Amino acid sequence: MTVNPANPANPVPPDAPAAPATHAVEIRDLHKYFGKNEVLRGIDFAVDPGQVVCVIGPSGSGKSTLLRCVNLLEQPTSGKVVVNGVELTHRDVDIDAARRGVGMVFQQFNLFPHMTVLQNVMISQRRVLKRGKAEAERIARENLDKVGIGEKCDAFPAQLSGGQQQRVAIARALAMSPALMLFDEPTSALDPELVGDVLTVMRKLAEEGMTMLVVTHEMAFARDVADRVVFMDGGVIVEDGTPEQVISAPQHERTKTFLRRVLDPTHTDI
Amino acid sequence: MTDQPTTAEPTPAGGAPGGSGLSPRKKQQISRGVQYVVLVAVVVFLALNINWVDLGKNFTRLDIAEQMLPELFTVALKNTIIYSVGGFVFAFLFGLLFALMRMSSVRPYRWIAVVYIEIFRGLPALLIFLLILFLPLALSGFEVPGGTYGQGILGLAIVGSAYMAETLRAGLQAVPKGQMEAARSLGMSYTRAMVSIVIPQALRIVIPPTTNQFVSLLKDSSLVLFLGVSGDYVELTKFGNDTASTFANATPILVVGVTYLLVTIPLGYLASRLEGRQVRGR
Repeated sequence: MTVNPANPANPVPPDAPAAPATHAVEIRDLHKYFGKNEVLRGIDFAVDPGQVVCVIGPSGSGKSTLLRCVNLLEQPTSGKVVVNGVELTHRDVDIDAARRGVGMVFQQFNLFPHMTVLQNVMISQRRVLKRGKAEAERIARENLDKVGIGEKCDAFPAQLSGGQQQRVAIARALAMSPALMLFDEPTSALDPELVGDVLTVMRKLAEEGMTMLVVTHEMAFARDVADRVVFMDGGVIVEDGTPEQVISAPQHERTKTFLRRVLDPTHTDI
Repeated sequence: MTDQPTTAEPTPAGGAPGGSGLSPRKKQQISRGVQYVVLVAVVVFLALNINWVDLGKNFTRLDIAEQMLPELFTVALKNTIIYSVGGFVFAFLFGLLFALMRMSSVRPYRWIAVVYIEIFRGLPALLIFLLILFLPLALSGFEVPGGTYGQGILGLAIVGSAYMAETLRAGLQAVPKGQMEAARSLGMSYTRAMVSIVIPQALRIVIPPTTNQFVSLLKDSSLVLFLGVSGDYVELTKFGNDTASTFANATPILVVGVTYLLVTIPLGYLASRLEGRQVRGR
């Protein structure tokens, strides 16, 4: 129970934040303002090691902001964020060290365009974890193979399709041997026919026991892969339960409305 | 009546419409014809009216050009390059510093950068060289390290850094925010992310304006002559001017001009090559 989630390819590095905590992520009474606009209005929430949690909700509901608060890309206005046993919101925390244990995948991929695929996956291993060149390259190639893109090592990101770029981005995050992976609408910028490849990789990760927090609009993925689904609206968590509870038998009117709209896009009465 | 001839041109092959009813193609032909006539007229006028013999005697005396020869390259061009490369290196470093200060979250840093940039972007380069000349008077005992080279390089660095700061800031801000976020999410510190991810991309973006900046500094290096340089420290313009005076002939000016172009034209070519590489890397 207290063990780090197993990731057979990448043993947890010795300098990753020690995480003998019960929760992989624990959030208490989180509030976030942008100016006077309160985007998160008191979030309480936890993810256990090995769990896959999907966050769904209408745009503007604060789900991306919540995710970005988990690795402090957004500074919470108040509240507590504990990740892998480290309280990120504590003023003395070494945020750079804490972020090493948390991989993040962005909607827009954000690969480094001036580097090859291989360099993209090696740079932070070399510069942050101070791994040797050979070791970093070996780990990079392992992870690129894992996401099915091993033959594109020397390509530049611009030469890849969106789906390939996103898989490189996943490999880049995995190469840091994170204990937790955050996905911020990873398939929203992809052409429909490329979505499947990325979801397959994510599904594989989930099966390997990676702890994952996924903001997504892919209801099928949430239903099939998630251990828990969280529905957010208006900066609060409205519903939190198993996929069956939240997607198949939602209790709240807001959840029902949202799901009706998402599952049947021709439904435009809102 | 007006749009009838312009839009449709169903006129059969032979039918040349008269008056204002010219087709656009016909109008274009006439306009081009007029331009050629003007060109030929100007060329003929110049050919007949310019005293080519005098001009040749004054600007293209090979014997005088020959006398300039080793020093033109070994002293004058060398010094021009020392001044402008030295000035450029410091302009770049300080420009980068001021660009980062301008974007700093520490307010006084931003103020200092803005004030510096506004002042030195607005002053004529010549004025800055004159200021440097009078610097030892203002601060008694102060001397710019590196003697004449140091003074020239300092002047060009001051002129260039204000422009470089703005160019580099634009380049840094043109790098998408997601790049910094991705780097930080991989555990890089702000400084590391800047050095490894943001600055390299910004540099590619600013290659074209930076090349212009260098060419501009190369030309501004001629102002070094106001520092009262002599002997081993002369650069191209001063050298050309001195030689022209010695022989009472303008040939050296032409020679020096060509020498500047020998440097600036390949530079422009290099810059467009680098730009091409940047496009491929994207």
